[in-house]
Amino acid sequence: MTVAVEKPEKTGIAEPPAAPVKETRRISRSMVIGAILVVWLVLFAVLRGKQTLTLAAADLTDLHRWINDLNDSIGANRNSNPLFLYFFNEIRLVIDSLVTFVQELISQPTGDRPVPQIGWLGIVGIAGYVSWAVGNWRVALLAVAGFTFLGLQGLWQESMDTLALTLSAVLVALLFAIPLGVWAGLSDRVNRIITPLLDFMQTMPTFVYLAPLTLFFLIGGASATIATVIYAAPPTIRITAHAIRNVSKTTVEAADSLGATRRQSLLKVLLPMSKRTVVMGVNQTIMAALAMVTIAALIDAPGLGKTVVQALQSLDVGTAFNAGLAIVVMAIVLDRVTTAASTREEAARNSKNRFLAWRRPLLGAGAAIAAVLVYLSHTYLWAAEFPGEGSTGSAIARGADTVTTWAQDNLSGLTNAFRDAITNGLLNPFQTLLTDSPWWLVGAVLIALAVVLGGWRAGITTAVCVGLLVGTGLWSDGMTTLASTLVATVLVMVLGIVFGVWMGRSTLVDRLIRPTLDAAQVMPPFVYLVPFLALFGATRFTAIVAAIVYGAPVAMKIIADGIRAVPETTVEAATSAGCNTWQIITKVQLPMARSALTLATNQGLIYVLSMVVVGGLVGAGALGYDVVAGFSQGQLYGKGLAAGLAIVLLGVMFDRITQAAARRAGA
Amino acid sequence: MARQWRAGAAGIAILGLTLTACGGAKVGEDSAGGSDSSGKCGTFNLAVNPWVGYEANAAVIAYVAEHDLGCKVTQKDLKEEIAWQGFGTGEVDAVVENWGHDDLKKKYITDQKTAVEAGTTGNKGLIGWYVPPWLAKAHPDITDWNNLDKYAAEFKTSESGGKGQLLDGDPSFVTNDEALVKNLKLDYKVVYAGSETALIQAFRKAEKDKEWVIGYFYEPQWFMSEVPLVKVKLPEYKDGCDADAEKVNCDYPVYDLDKIVSAKFAKSGSPAYDLVKNFNWTNDDQNVVAKYIAVDKMAPEAAAKKWVEANRAKVEAWIK
Repeated sequence: MTVAVEKPEKTGIAEPPAAPVKETRRISRSMVIGAILVVWLVLFAVLRGKQTLTLAAADLTDLHRWINDLNDSIGANRNSNPLFLYFFNEIRLVIDSLVTFVQELISQPTGDRPVPQIGWLGIVGIAGYVSWAVGNWRVALLAVAGFTFLGLQGLWQESMDTLALTLSAVLVALLFAIPLGVWAGLSDRVNRIITPLLDFMQTMPTFVYLAPLTLFFLIGGASATIATVIYAAPPTIRITAHAIRNVSKTTVEAADSLGATRRQSLLKVLLPMSKRTVVMGVNQTIMAALAMVTIAALIDAPGLGKTVVQALQSLDVGTAFNAGLAIVVMAIVLDRVTTAASTREEAARNSKNRFLAWRRPLLGAGAAIAAVLVYLSHTYLWAAEFPGEGSTGSAIARGADTVTTWAQDNLSGLTNAFRDAITNGLLNPFQTLLTDSPWWLVGAVLIALAVVLGGWRAGITTAVCVGLLVGTGLWSDGMTTLASTLVATVLVMVLGIVFGVWMGRSTLVDRLIRPTLDAAQVMPPFVYLVPFLALFGATRFTAIVAAIVYGAPVAMKIIADGIRAVPETTVEAATSAGCNTWQIITKVQLPMARSALTLATNQGLIYVLSMVVVGGLVGAGALGYDVVAGFSQGQLYGKGLAAGLAIVLLGVMFDRITQAAARRAGA
Repeated sequence: MARQWRAGAAGIAILGLTLTACGGAKVGEDSAGGSDSSGKCGTFNLAVNPWVGYEANAAVIAYVAEHDLGCKVTQKDLKEEIAWQGFGTGEVDAVVENWGHDDLKKKYITDQKTAVEAGTTGNKGLIGWYVPPWLAKAHPDITDWNNLDKYAAEFKTSESGGKGQLLDGDPSFVTNDEALVKNLKLDYKVVYAGSETALIQAFRKAEKDKEWVIGYFYEPQWFMSEVPLVKVKLPEYKDGCDADAEKVNCDYPVYDLDKIVSAKFAKSGSPAYDLVKNFNWTNDDQNVVAKYIAVDKMAPEAAAKKWVEANRAKVEAWIK
């Protein structure tokens, strides 16, 4: 990692050369921040409403029109352009055949067969066997139970369609991501070039590139797969690079001194030693791919996403929830299996299991059983089509409906009061401050804060981002979105600290809460938007709540890990010194987990930003609405793309500032 | 080692035999059932845009094409923009409920010449400002725009900055509301709900809890059969009064919803094309099928079957 050289800040206050330098610097830093904010408020009072760069919802700038024209000309020349004929079409063919192959294997009928090649029994068998082979018997049991549950929900075929698409996308993603990650891990230059690209891929709202993708790769499996790959590949690239970098230098040097070639040291040292972390990257890629399921449904990708989207056209929350739950179940199974796979060798080595000697014959036997099940499911109808009507699914749907109706009927008075308190007390004043100040004032404040918090390098990045943000023509919308985003992040951090500390201090609580957090992260937001709309109305606050549901779990998990990493002995020492629980938390555990807190802020903010578009669907307006409208109306396409860029810029800006601040906190 | 292997193999063999012995119907044994009427129709790619009214049109057309014409119908769930794009790439044959979209018509029909019009569906599309029925009953004069300012304070929300809130925004539809509010000098602010879901939920709750909501909506729409919203009268639409987007001061025109097909499909001679071209029904017809799907939660095919069986005469007119 290239850590920016820390320089003492030019704070205007002479720094005493005495010993407690760090203490002084921190005080002066918070004073500087205070001063910046005071200046901002004073200038805001004077200059309010001037040069705010507002743009009405239907208005366009030249940039937006130019993008529209570009998009049109690409569409018009599609059939004559050699790039399309010989490049994109070839890619599409390859990916399409891959997707079709997997689909015909597990989800779609082929030719004369009314059912796919492998039926439910075979899939359950394979899932159990593979989970056991790469993980342990516990996850194997989980896999079998989870997959059977999908069938009981009455969603077998939809689930398999989703699985087929996810598997194809993950396969394609890994094909590119692992080599790229290794390369970025070995070369600093590649890493520097690739990082902004990855930021772009992860924060650019999918809605923006969905329509062009279908222009390039046509409607169908290929486009859905590529859209998923774009979003899902970055985690593996990042984590692989990180893993390669973290292999201890001395090991590599030892290999070098033994005369290993570059190739040998890569294949025999670097890759094996980073395998465990790379598998975690694969895990993240799978999760990201599942998050795309509902969005891919908008371009006719078959599967659970379609069920969700269709149910919501008639506001059928129950059915949508049932399908959402299937996505959650699949995500939890895949997550636990890959996690178990990443720790298997270690666990096996430590456990001294007496079955270890039996492992090979058992693996053989398991493979044979799985093969028999596959054969059965290929041949017999009862093993091919999941039996039953999916009555569990309708029971779940009814239950979800009942709960939603109850909540809507009984809670809405309470929730409205809460919404109004937050909106009027926090969101409205803050938003006014951001949107009604002249753009150059807000820009200067942002840059100054970046310099104070993160150093000069972060300041320069921020300056560039502010400049480009003005360039998109959506400054005012950007500031509205920024206000909601920051309020959401503050709430995410409050929840993150409360639950993170609780989970960090008690393993039992952690074990109880964690599955809920996993569910909140992978449940498609579309499912819970309807009840949220009933509770909070179509407002910015609804968007904030949705963002919290998605962002808070990450913050909680990171903070819990941070708290747990505080050495046991330190806590014991504090206890024996007579500290009570509150003091231990505030004076020992939280300060010592400071870098985890900063990381949680960073991730919380990025997750909240990724919900901006969803927020646009429920009343947040601003950038999110621009993106959605751009996806739906041709003449607004350019504006939607510009709004997507603005979201990326906000993300990059805050990522760099918080990361630089985190490095400082760690230093 | 060898002994374990043998034991394992024996176990599997027994397991395998027991399972196969239970037998059951084999895949492909009863494949006679499928449709054998594979006539000259071939494959018919029907776009399905994401709203229930459209789904009703598509379901009925698909049902008739499959059962009366023997076509193989592939329904593709797509947003409008992407569906139109599919005309050029040959992936979409027909769009069967189009709301205006003059920009798309210009791009794909006039400029690229990949699509052609295939007549109206018979449905009339209304767009405008609606209030929940309780409000129209309690304050009958609210359905005239002249009186809206009187009630502006009642429509205030946390989002509307002190003015009345006009809830807008399914982003798929063109809206002139910001210009309308300005040009009619109303004390309202347009707040973008951002999705049809958000609009429906707002109206549903408003009717149930007697809340004040005024917002952009449209018909035919299945939700009207649950809560019959009342349209507010805006200054009457005259030809050209909406020509300049900045100066609009009149109601939305009545849209004759129509059908668009790909140029290739129109020339193909497929009976499915004639079906699409002849397809024509009333708002009431669509509302019935939409209600089957959205309120009674029937599968689209089942809903289509029910309607087609009850309205054989209309269907015969499309395929004669």
